[in-house]
Amino acid sequence: MICLIILIVFYLVGIFGPVVAGMFGISPYTFDSNAISDLGGKPYGAFGGISLAHPLGVEWGTGRDIFAQLLFGLRISLIISTTATLLTVTIGVLIGIIAGYAGGITDSLLGRLMDLILAFPFLLIVLALSGVLTQRLTDLGVPEGNVSRVLYLILVMSVFGWPYLARIVRGQVLSLREREFVEAAVSMGASRRRILFTEILPNLWAPILVYATLTLPSYIGLEAALSFLNVGVLPPDTTFGAMLANSVTYFNVVPTYLFIPGTVLVILVVSFNLFGDSLRDALDPKGGH
Amino acid sequence: MAAYVVRRVVMMVGLLFVLTVAVFFLFTLLPGDPARLTCGKACSPQIIEANRHRLGYDQPILTQYEEFLSGLVVGRTYSADSPDPIVCNAPCLGYSFTRHEQVLTLITAAAPTTFWLATGAFIMWISAGISLGIFAALNHGRWPDRLVMGISLVGYSLPSFFIGLVLIFFVILKLNWLPFPAYVSPFDNPFQFLQTMILPWIVLAVLNTAFYMRLTRNQVLETFNEDFVRTARAKGLPERTVVIKHALRAGLTPLVTAAGMDLAALLGGAIITESIFSLPGLGALAVSSVLESDLPLITGITLVTSAIIIVANLVVDLLYAVIDPRVRLA
Repeated sequence: MICLIILIVFYLVGIFGPVVAGMFGISPYTFDSNAISDLGGKPYGAFGGISLAHPLGVEWGTGRDIFAQLLFGLRISLIISTTATLLTVTIGVLIGIIAGYAGGITDSLLGRLMDLILAFPFLLIVLALSGVLTQRLTDLGVPEGNVSRVLYLILVMSVFGWPYLARIVRGQVLSLREREFVEAAVSMGASRRRILFTEILPNLWAPILVYATLTLPSYIGLEAALSFLNVGVLPPDTTFGAMLANSVTYFNVVPTYLFIPGTVLVILVVSFNLFGDSLRDALDPKGGH
Repeated sequence: MAAYVVRRVVMMVGLLFVLTVAVFFLFTLLPGDPARLTCGKACSPQIIEANRHRLGYDQPILTQYEEFLSGLVVGRTYSADSPDPIVCNAPCLGYSFTRHEQVLTLITAAAPTTFWLATGAFIMWISAGISLGIFAALNHGRWPDRLVMGISLVGYSLPSFFIGLVLIFFVILKLNWLPFPAYVSPFDNPFQFLQTMILPWIVLAVLNTAFYMRLTRNQVLETFNEDFVRTARAKGLPERTVVIKHALRAGLTPLVTAAGMDLAALLGGAIITESIFSLPGLGALAVSSVLESDLPLITGITLVTSAIIIVANLVVDLLYAVIDPRVRLA
């Protein structure tokens, strides 16, 4: 359960990131010309300019604090991945329940829709639509820049991510709806809404929870990948992926640029996956153990 | 079997047709004004209007879709009324005005790189993943099993761009074991080809090996509990025969589906790996088309990649029906 503690710490740091940065007297947006050399902008001191003022060093060329960038980047990353996961799960559960319970033409239409969405490679479609849809969001009145980019990421991840869960839920509902307690509810004249949400849904929370905890880290990775490819969050804001993309130019001289954000990202994702795995083992006795 | 094949092929053709509608909708209707996306930030209203006309975005929407679809089947001609029309032969996926080249030509030029990348990585991860998965299953609950599963969890969690950058840092920059990657065709210079591809192969393989280790282990463990394995043991067959001939054979067939789909997805381009190692494949082409706002090229790549997946889905299902006759009845 150590991974749960790590996750709670990550979330607290994400929520109170600006406060933590304030305590250290650092900000991801402040240029510090005293920390870098005038010629070429190389940080003074070893390991990318690690000092009391800048606990994890500063960025080459601008002197922006790496630790503060990590704090703010973690925040953006968690906002995107958590919201997108919640949306994905909501859509997936709703459609999965409907498809499984309704059966017939509804089920097969929804099934074909899922086939179609699953035919688009996830990373490619999120990448390909980024220009098209961010523009559209701006036209619709969403503020330009990172607000529309973050919103775009959340929307596309959810819209193209739900079929995976919907399939699982549909399968579960198919077997649940034949069970006696559902039959009993039907014979007592319970409404369809009551049957779906009060009788069937509570039996599904275990697979849904496991799926959600395993989807979240994959979204963190996806967001990082897109920022790494320069189609995610733009400067002056930053996330893990953008920091790693920046590190490419300098990591031969200052490897900490690569290893600090990379290691934090890996710890975050491993903790989530570990947590999801132990959750699965606890909730699903059949799962291989 | 014939009826099953026909039914599946008809369904696939239907899905491919719906795919063209979906792609057309996503990239032509959704942006609001697709012409504005055809040239990047430094773009004058005149160029936008010229592009709108050349690409046919000034036509009614149904006519546009008709042109798009007939272009795929019989080809099309852009700006037919101008002095120098652009002929795009069937199957016309569009014309990139940014690169002044047919989209299909650009895609076929990038495809071999992606093909070699995907195939090499596939061989690596299938052999490593399956053998380690079996090894873990045979040692179920003991330390080799835990070790393999632990490695799998970490491997699964490593973002591929981080693995790629770390490998470049150590193997190329610090240890100088390999030169900087520069792609050449294996037929021109096999040695340089291997030097370039070995790291990208490893990056792609690490992620998938982790997944296949886990999948194989769980499949094999599940079949160990099946009645026919107990029967085989009860007959007094040697343990080796039980494991190899009975448990593995039944346990590994579901892997066909996963392996086929993963290979297909990879043939559409390994976006991150290609970008890190500057391999001129489909994934890198997709990234640059997005950064250049080259709408026809993005549309073409999305269409081709998704079509590969739909076709692969059919192939995998048919293959599976041959291996496991129970599927046909479903």
